[in-house]
Amino acid sequence: MWWPAPAATGRKTPVADHQVLLSLRDLYKVFDTQEALSGVSLDVYEGEFLTLLGPSGCGKTTTLRIIAGLEMPSRGVVLLNGEDITGLPPEKRQVNTVFQNYALFPHMNVEKNIAYGLKMRGASRQEMKEAVGKMLALVQLEGYGKRQPGQLSGGQRQRVAIARSLVLSPRILLLDEPLGALDLQLRRQMQQELKRMQRSLGITFIYITHDQEEALGMSDRIALMRDGRFVQVGSPEALYERPETAFAASFIGETNLLRGRAAAVKDDGVLMDVGGITLPADSSLWISPGDPLCLSIRAERLYMSAAPVKEPCRLSGTLAESRYAGGERICVVHLPDGQAVKSRRPTEGEPPCVVGDKVYLWWHQASAVIVRDDLEVAP
Amino acid sequence: MKRPARRREAMAIPMAVYAALFVGLSLMYIMGLSMLTRGEGFAAIPPVTLDNYERIISPIYLRSLLLSLRLAGLTALFCLLIGYPFAYFMAKARPGARTWILLLLIVPFWTNALIRIYGWKILFSASGPINQLILALGLADRPVKLLYTDFAVLVGMVYAMVPFMVLPVYSAAERLDWSVVEAARDLGASPLKAFFTVVVPMTLPGILAGLVLTFIPSIGLFFLSDLLGGSNTMLWGNMVHNELLKSRDLPFAAALSVVLLALTGLVILLYRRKGGSAETMVF
Repeated sequence: MWWPAPAATGRKTPVADHQVLLSLRDLYKVFDTQEALSGVSLDVYEGEFLTLLGPSGCGKTTTLRIIAGLEMPSRGVVLLNGEDITGLPPEKRQVNTVFQNYALFPHMNVEKNIAYGLKMRGASRQEMKEAVGKMLALVQLEGYGKRQPGQLSGGQRQRVAIARSLVLSPRILLLDEPLGALDLQLRRQMQQELKRMQRSLGITFIYITHDQEEALGMSDRIALMRDGRFVQVGSPEALYERPETAFAASFIGETNLLRGRAAAVKDDGVLMDVGGITLPADSSLWISPGDPLCLSIRAERLYMSAAPVKEPCRLSGTLAESRYAGGERICVVHLPDGQAVKSRRPTEGEPPCVVGDKVYLWWHQASAVIVRDDLEVAP
Repeated sequence: MKRPARRREAMAIPMAVYAALFVGLSLMYIMGLSMLTRGEGFAAIPPVTLDNYERIISPIYLRSLLLSLRLAGLTALFCLLIGYPFAYFMAKARPGARTWILLLLIVPFWTNALIRIYGWKILFSASGPINQLILALGLADRPVKLLYTDFAVLVGMVYAMVPFMVLPVYSAAERLDWSVVEAARDLGASPLKAFFTVVVPMTLPGILAGLVLTFIPSIGLFFLSDLLGGSNTMLWGNMVHNELLKSRDLPFAAALSVVLLALTGLVILLYRRKGGSAETMVF
């Protein structure tokens, strides 16, 4: 399912020329009677920042715990550097975890927390002291070594948890929603710091979040999960620009999904029938006429105008809601068939549009994406 | 803001009165008594003296004190060895199973303590089930003397005290954040190392509470040693008991009690200094 990043975006793909570090092969996990993972396969490349993104309960934490060795898969194999580590206990894996609640040792000070892993390896006092000093500098906590975890703020605990894992120079660092408990400002700051650390250390990060913005901003690749499966794996651009399913399109970014069917498949695209209106669209999916599809148009790429437009991709409707949000205005338009669509537009030089007006919506054909309609897939 | 606080303080008044009357006053009475001299019958008369305390400093009482401390120490230790794993697995069990395990622990205590001790007496007797088994297996050709030994007293004491270890350890283990244990494993600790470097330190308040709760009552127990140890095992509690009911020397019995009280106070003081945070403290 790995979708190579397109050359067109001009983004250097840090993964393409690297080798596979971790392979998940057809993982299943059943808890009691509930299936948490239903066939998860993924290759993770050396040095990449991979994000597991998905709604809560989608299986991302289970996947992470299987990689860490804290959970055994019911079926399937985990390979690290080509070696089968499926049955290896967590202490024998070169993989470390930053837990969601940090899980610092409450009875040890910061230094001892960070040195714990080295102590388990039998490192000398001198080695530990040096490594701890280096780590405290890396996470900018110099002078905090003697503090107890209880005396630290959330952000500081977070840093200790990261230092405690990184001191072992793991092949892979697993981070389970590490910023979930922090306030927005601190979160933004930590996002940048984590990214900086990951780049400079060159360690593979597998990062869990349910925050799509975080995922887009930090990752080399995103693996989008739903109901124990990967929906789509690819670069942030790939997921945002070319989602394959309606779920992917709606989970990442804000989009309008127009439900319909393929009326005709042509060489250069598809004609979609959306409630009786035929709209041309590009598609890279395998589509047969009659397939249930959605046309995904990002809210910021759906333009609104008071006067009729001549664009081939256009709709008309009634302006139902107009909300001022600083730099942009969020407009909700009701289409004749009752569907509501959202358009975001810059507030600069706004033409006068009043709620209740008939308005015209249009978009560039290339910015609308045909996606599979998986909105009603039962979990 | 002031009112609710004051009301809360007022709630403590009945308890304070109760404690002052039945604990404070009687303690003062015993301390006073310990400095009097024995009279006719149960009477205690002046002169005020420290003779009773002088009398305690003798080999008989010293031996009894050491035996009491040793047995109480061993009791606390064995309670820890038996009670800790019990509490640990109870905390790890499913919530449904926990109730049943807890019930198993508590049900025996619905029976009178004296009756349960008589049960041990029968088990340990020369013709009891244990000796019958030993003879049947050919491990000995004569019944082994089990009853009226320090061993029998120790078994009885551990048996009686184990719940007081299980409950505080359980409450500490139950609150344990298992993700911290997982973190230890993740950072390279084997299950055993994770247990000793993380689980034990984190449940230490429960362990200390359990040790105090089993050690202190064990110093003062007397009926257990009476029934299972006979006159061979003279613990401090037996000394007090004898002076009080057999020799009828109330002042001396009081002096012995004061020594026991001081000892207990010392243990609690030690515990308070080392016992961790206020919310996990049992005293």
